[in-house]
Amino acid sequence: MAEPTTTDSAGSKVREEAIARLKAQGAWNTTMDRRRFFSTAAAGWALFAAAFGGLASVFGAFMAPRVDFGKAQTFRAGSPDKFQPNSVSEEFKISEKVWIVREAEKIVAISTVCTHLGCTPNWMGDEKKFKCPCHGSGFYGPRPGVEAGVNFEGPAPRPLERYKISLTADGQLLVDKGQKFQEEKGEWSNPESFVAA
Amino acid sequence: MDTIIHWLKEVINYFSYPSWSFSMFAICFISALFIRRIWTRQGLVLFLLAVTLGGWAALKDENFNTTLLKPDNAPIFLMVYGFGICLFVAMMQAHNNDRRMEQKLPPAEKETSDQKTWVWPDLVYIELLCMILCTVGLVVWSLTVRAPLEEPANPGNTPNPSKAPWYFLGLQELLVYFDPWCAGVVMPSIIVIGLMAIPYIDVNPKGNGYYCFKDRRLAILTFMTGFFIMWNFLIPIGTVLRGPGWNFFGPFEKWTPHKVVALTNVNLSEYVWVRWLYPMGNWLHLNWMSGGLPVTDNTLSLHNLWQVFKKEFLGIGFLVFWFLYLPGAMARGWLRGFYEKLGFGRYSVAIFLFLTMALVPLKMYGRWLANLKYIVDTPWIKF
Repeated sequence: MAEPTTTDSAGSKVREEAIARLKAQGAWNTTMDRRRFFSTAAAGWALFAAAFGGLASVFGAFMAPRVDFGKAQTFRAGSPDKFQPNSVSEEFKISEKVWIVREAEKIVAISTVCTHLGCTPNWMGDEKKFKCPCHGSGFYGPRPGVEAGVNFEGPAPRPLERYKISLTADGQLLVDKGQKFQEEKGEWSNPESFVAA
Repeated sequence: MDTIIHWLKEVINYFSYPSWSFSMFAICFISALFIRRIWTRQGLVLFLLAVTLGGWAALKDENFNTTLLKPDNAPIFLMVYGFGICLFVAMMQAHNNDRRMEQKLPPAEKETSDQKTWVWPDLVYIELLCMILCTVGLVVWSLTVRAPLEEPANPGNTPNPSKAPWYFLGLQELLVYFDPWCAGVVMPSIIVIGLMAIPYIDVNPKGNGYYCFKDRRLAILTFMTGFFIMWNFLIPIGTVLRGPGWNFFGPFEKWTPHKVVALTNVNLSEYVWVRWLYPMGNWLHLNWMSGGLPVTDNTLSLHNLWQVFKKEFLGIGFLVFWFLYLPGAMARGWLRGFYEKLGFGRYSVAIFLFLTMALVPLKMYGRWLANLKYIVDTPWIKF
């Protein structure tokens, strides 16, 4: 058997002296029995569970967001004849965030959300381009030889997105913003992404 | 007289294009740090006087006036004067100490640090006074200057130009040159982590507790380049020189949304495959060379990965050279002493941060001078 080291005996001596001092002051409390310990612990855990449960239920409420789904994703843009060849219509820019663009041979619905960081570009009729005021991204307007909405200047990494567009039975343009077509995925050749004009 | 002023404005407009103004500011600022005679009390007064008089005279111009006196720009004035004064106070003491050490004297701080002063009340009173003065200043400012509020936001109509708060204009400027993920997420993180890493990278005991320039040239120059030239100079550029359509405008140029600038972007891979290799291949009758840009898609097939690599070989090669070859070459070359002092781990971190910082203006020059869009353009990562 190894002798206890001096540090240990000195430490325990100090501890005993401290306990004795506390007992003399009446501050050394050893009155908690097993029953009291369990009831205190149970109350503590119940409180903790209640608090945690409350937090969890608040968090759970986020799982079913109270969303206003807003208005329909589709809208009628009117007859194709009202759009001139090689023109950009800003009629639905504010209300639907869509430009109706008629190129030489087709009509497309272009989203007004810049593909860089989501500002709304301006249509510059004289320069025949969409120019974003936030970081200077530029996209081609309808002009011979290029597709409208293709990025060519500034930081935008990809062309503007297009929405599904079709003709209704009574010959009106119907734009469905629920479905989009991205050039970099090769989706602009999809016949749903344009209406032949 | 009018023609001279007109001519002067045209010259300033011309040279404010950032490839000029950025270069001139960087060169002048860095060389000025070395000139001891600038960093004196007279230098400070002259600097503030020159900024004030120059700015005041330029306000006679209608276009400059409307740009500069927007209420949003008040903090920019505070920034220019505040940074000017702080820089002067620090550099004045640094050059003063350098001179004392040349004369084998201890730094000036040694003389005061031997006499100790109490935190309470000496320091705390000064802090309290500063706090009260700042509060008074803010209250007066907010009472006298109207908040530059505009009409309710309309998602269909973004103001032109649309500017970030002044302290983010440097970041907004970076967003013009880099992919949003790169400029908005990666680079700010590297900046914050890099600043946090400085105390662990810096092992130079000189300058602890006193100002000096001569013994810490590399550290001070690196910090000044990052903070003053790249962060703070980009803020006035974003404020004064960026107009509608986020085009560059000279300080005396009218902001018109119809300014047309030829800015069509070109990727490095297009320079390589279309502008250089295509004519060369035609001339040499080599089909693999004149094939134009290799066709890629965004699948992860081996063939496509090879095509992407082939398309971007120069950009990838450049980045490999920049981040893998250069650190080693510099450790053997002009940074040899630095490498030996820091050891491999510290040196790697320090040189990575340094080279990343150096890459930023490099790409900006690429855009200004050659309309360079991406150095590496893959379907997944664009840099």
